[in-house]
Amino acid sequence: MRSLVSFIVGSLFGLGLLISGMTDTTKVQGWLDVFGNWDPTLAFVMGGAIIPMAIAWQLTRGRKPVLADAFPARPDPRIGRNLVIGSTLFGMGWGLAGLCPGPAIASLGFGGAGTLVFVLAMIGGMLAAPTVRNRLDVVAQAV
Amino acid sequence: MQIDWIYGLAGGALIGIAAAIFLLVNGRIMGASGIIGGLVDGSGRSDWKERAALLAGLFLVPGVAAIAMGGSETHLTGNWAVLIAAGLLVGIGTRLANGCTSGHGVCGISRLSLRGIVATAFYIGAGGLTIVIFKHLLGVI
Repeated sequence: MRSLVSFIVGSLFGLGLLISGMTDTTKVQGWLDVFGNWDPTLAFVMGGAIIPMAIAWQLTRGRKPVLADAFPARPDPRIGRNLVIGSTLFGMGWGLAGLCPGPAIASLGFGGAGTLVFVLAMIGGMLAAPTVRNRLDVVAQAV
Repeated sequence: MQIDWIYGLAGGALIGIAAAIFLLVNGRIMGASGIIGGLVDGSGRSDWKERAALLAGLFLVPGVAAIAMGGSETHLTGNWAVLIAAGLLVGIGTRLANGCTSGHGVCGISRLSLRGIVATAFYIGAGGLTIVIFKHLLGVI
């Protein structure tokens, strides 16, 4: 049952990305291009997504998930170097290709070989991430 | 186009509804990088079915819809060096930061999570700067 819900969630997520234009890399890069021909679409997508999700967070109060025991706990609120460095690296890749993980998977079926190359490199990066994290820890200790 | 923002808002609402269902029914955060990463590095082995099912929907449904519409243009660069560099950066970065646009952006900001807001500020800032450097200064992309 949880898997069926997950499939429906993934389907809606993917349709939302396609309809909103987020699988079109020029719309993403256009939004980041503040000094060029700026495209505001991404702000509407984020706004449109945040509103239902904000309502959902309100509904979690004093309740339990339908098919689980508890809602996810709030993560440690501290802002660590991994959050800052990781988000910076992610932003660089996002700007270079105009793809982030969700739209990359959503456009894998129609994006051609380039999308596959990006996804394979992304998987490689995910496999390398623990090594990078350890290196950063070593560097931080030395400093 | 003038109507792009309407599609943006409607598509965004679908994304938010998907995230809301995942939270309220399965009790999970709909973060694409975390769902993929848990399968890639084995850290999400215990709930792999849920992850695989979500990714199957994320891959199949827009794929079929786009093909049914006669294709959907991604305008992705054909420069493989750029694609590989970008993919590596996205993979390493999202795992280090524990989230991407969906996890930190949609799910984090809607909860007023400081981590989500800071992460979003950094990836948008870095993305904007990357466009300035690689598009306007170097002309690579």
